[in-house]
Amino acid sequence: MHEMGIVIHLAKTLDDTAKEEHLSRIGSVTLQVGEVSGIITDYFVDCWNYFKVKYPVLAQSELHLETIPAVTKCGNCGNTYETVRYGKECPFCHSMETWLVEGNECIIKEIEAESEIGSS
Amino acid sequence: MQIIELKESVTASNDRDAEIIREKLKENGTFLANIMSSPGSGKTTLLSRTIIDLSGSYKIGVIEADIASSVDAERIEALGARSVQVHTDGMCHMDAGMTLTGLEALNYPDLDLVFLENVGNLICPAEFDTGASKSVMILSVPEGDDKPLKYPLMFSVSDLILVTKTDTLPYFNFDLEKCRQRILRLNPNAQVIPVSAKTGENMDAWYDWLKTETKNCK
Repeated sequence: MHEMGIVIHLAKTLDDTAKEEHLSRIGSVTLQVGEVSGIITDYFVDCWNYFKVKYPVLAQSELHLETIPAVTKCGNCGNTYETVRYGKECPFCHSMETWLVEGNECIIKEIEAESEIGSS
Repeated sequence: MQIIELKESVTASNDRDAEIIREKLKENGTFLANIMSSPGSGKTTLLSRTIIDLSGSYKIGVIEADIASSVDAERIEALGARSVQVHTDGMCHMDAGMTLTGLEALNYPDLDLVFLENVGNLICPAEFDTGASKSVMILSVPEGDDKPLKYPLMFSVSDLILVTKTDTLPYFNFDLEKCRQRILRLNPNAQVIPVSAKTGENMDAWYDWLKTETKNCK
């Protein structure tokens, strides 16, 4: 259900973009998804394929997902480390004063599209 | 085909709608509080008491978001606040578009204070901006003081955390100070107010917060 909600917003955002940029067809959509964003990628692609047909401009589009690795920074010793491997506790100094630097994103990186006047 | 770089958040369309709602509310002088929590945290009980205690001073409306049924809306209507039920049709959260539908159905322009009772869930509602003036999270004592560790985003996006059912503190191993520290570590700007809607303990602190925020919207 979480994936479906995001897909609905993604489709709306892209439909808006197509109108603003006068695009007739979007061929591919590349998303950058953080490793700890909680998005299940296979399920996300299924949801996209189910929902995209509701927007003619997106109906033929293909979704590509790129993963952004999750990185945590330690406020105590200043090191950064892999979030998924070590979690909340810093592996260098065992401090819990740590925070996520990146890995929670869901960003539309780029789209491949045809414009209305036919130029490519 | 041309490649267009967007570098835009997936929820950009929702974020734009949310800003439009905030503008409308500000122009109108209505304060909208987005209330989030897990199911059974006592949201409806807390709101019921709040409506009884504040309806003399403010015109209050409630948008009830639920996957189905209208039990909560009926309870709220009986207390004299205006209420609408928005069925999310299986979706696990409210988004800005649904909030706007709810506000319009409430006929909100004469209301001072509107509560948006979001779907009971600690994950998805935190990810979608509803357009509310402020977000409030309810954490009840029986749920445990470890919740900030398990659902960090919910605590990071909330302006106020109400720790409810404090009348049950003697029966649970809930460390209020530890919980407060965990919340502040995630969100240094958060306010934490412990209350009991059942006994009325410390409810005035919650009302003071609401009064200040409502005044700021005028």
